[in-house]
Amino acid sequence: MKTTELKRLVPDRIWVDRSSAVAADALAEEADRAGLIDVGLGVVGSPIGDLTVAVSRRGLARVLFEDEDLDVALDLLAREVGPRILISTRLTQDVRRELDEYFDGSRRRFSLRLDRRLIHGIALQVLSATARVPFGAVTTYGELAGRIGKPKAARAVGNALGSNPIPIVIPCHRVLRAGGELGGYAGGLDRKAELLGLEGFLPRK
Amino acid sequence: MSPPPFLSFMEANRAAVYRFLVAAVGPADADDCFQETFLSALRAYGRVQDVDRLDRWVMKIASRKAIDHHRGRTSRSTLVETPERAGPGDEPFDAADPLWLAVRSLPSRQRIAVVHRYVSDLSYAEVAALMGSSQETARANVYQGMKKLKELMS
Repeated sequence: MKTTELKRLVPDRIWVDRSSAVAADALAEEADRAGLIDVGLGVVGSPIGDLTVAVSRRGLARVLFEDEDLDVALDLLAREVGPRILISTRLTQDVRRELDEYFDGSRRRFSLRLDRRLIHGIALQVLSATARVPFGAVTTYGELAGRIGKPKAARAVGNALGSNPIPIVIPCHRVLRAGGELGGYAGGLDRKAELLGLEGFLPRK
Repeated sequence: MSPPPFLSFMEANRAAVYRFLVAAVGPADADDCFQETFLSALRAYGRVQDVDRLDRWVMKIASRKAIDHHRGRTSRSTLVETPERAGPGDEPFDAADPLWLAVRSLPSRQRIAVVHRYVSDLSYAEVAALMGSSQETARANVYQGMKKLKELMS
C-alpha cells in the first residue's frame, strides 16, 4: 500500500468547506447558549442599508453601516472589549428589536444599555450630551460644545461625533451646523438626511 | 497581545480542522469532535499565549480530542463490525472502503500520527509538536501504524 492512498480518507475541498461552515454555525449557537461570547454580532435590515450590531454583556458597543470595514471594527472590539466574538441571536435580540421598531416608526426612544468601552476622552462627554437630544429635535456643534462646558470646542465636538461608535442609538445625526446645513456624518450625508426625514425633522425623500 | 476576533480565527481554521478530523475519527464523528475542539478553544481563548501560531494551537486541541474520542473504543472487533453511517445523505464516502476499516482499527495515537504525517503531509517534528510527544515517538507511531495498515490492506 502506498502512503499517498491515505489521502483518500479526506473528501474534496468543496465538501470540507461546506461541512465545516455548517459545523462553525452550530458552534456559534452552542457558544451562545453556554454564555461563552464576549461580543455577539447581529444584522438588522434598515432603509439605510444593513446594520451590523455588536453587543457585549454590558450592552450595545458598536453599530456599523454596511460600507464600513467589518474586519477593522472587529479587531478593535477584540482588543477593547474581548476577543470571543461570534454571531449571537441571544445577545443582540433587544438591540435588533428596538432598531426594527425605530425604523418602522413605532419607537422614538431607545431603552438599550450601552457599552462605552470604545468611547474615549472628550467623546464620552460629547456623546452623553448627544444622547439627550430627543427624537425630532436637533442641535448644533456649537450648542453641544457649550453644553459640555467647552464653548470654543465646536471642532473637537465635531471630531468626537465623527468617532461615534454607536450611531443612530446615540443620535449624532441630530447635530447640525449653526446655519442649518447638515454638516458631516460618518455614515454619509444621505444617511443623515434619511434619518432626519424618518424623525420628521426633514421632509422625506 | 490579544488574539484576533474568534470569528476570524474560526473562519481561518475551520476547514483544516474539519479535514483532519474527518480522516482521524471518520465523517460520522467529525462534527462532535469539531464542536469539542472549538468549544475548548473558545473557553481558553482569552488566555492563549502564542497568538502567531493559533493554527498549530487549535490543531493540537483537535489532536487531543481525536485521541480521546477513540480511546477505549478501538479493538480488533471493529474490523468485522460494519462502520457507522457515513453521515447524512450526500457525503462522498464509501463507508465499506477497506482503507477506512483498516485505519479505524489502529490504536488512536498511531492513527492520529499517520493522518498528520500522510494526510496532512506534516514533518515528524510537527507531528511530535501536535501530539505532545518526542520526535522519536512520533516516528515510531507512524511506523507502527503504517506497518499494520500494510498488513491489513495486503
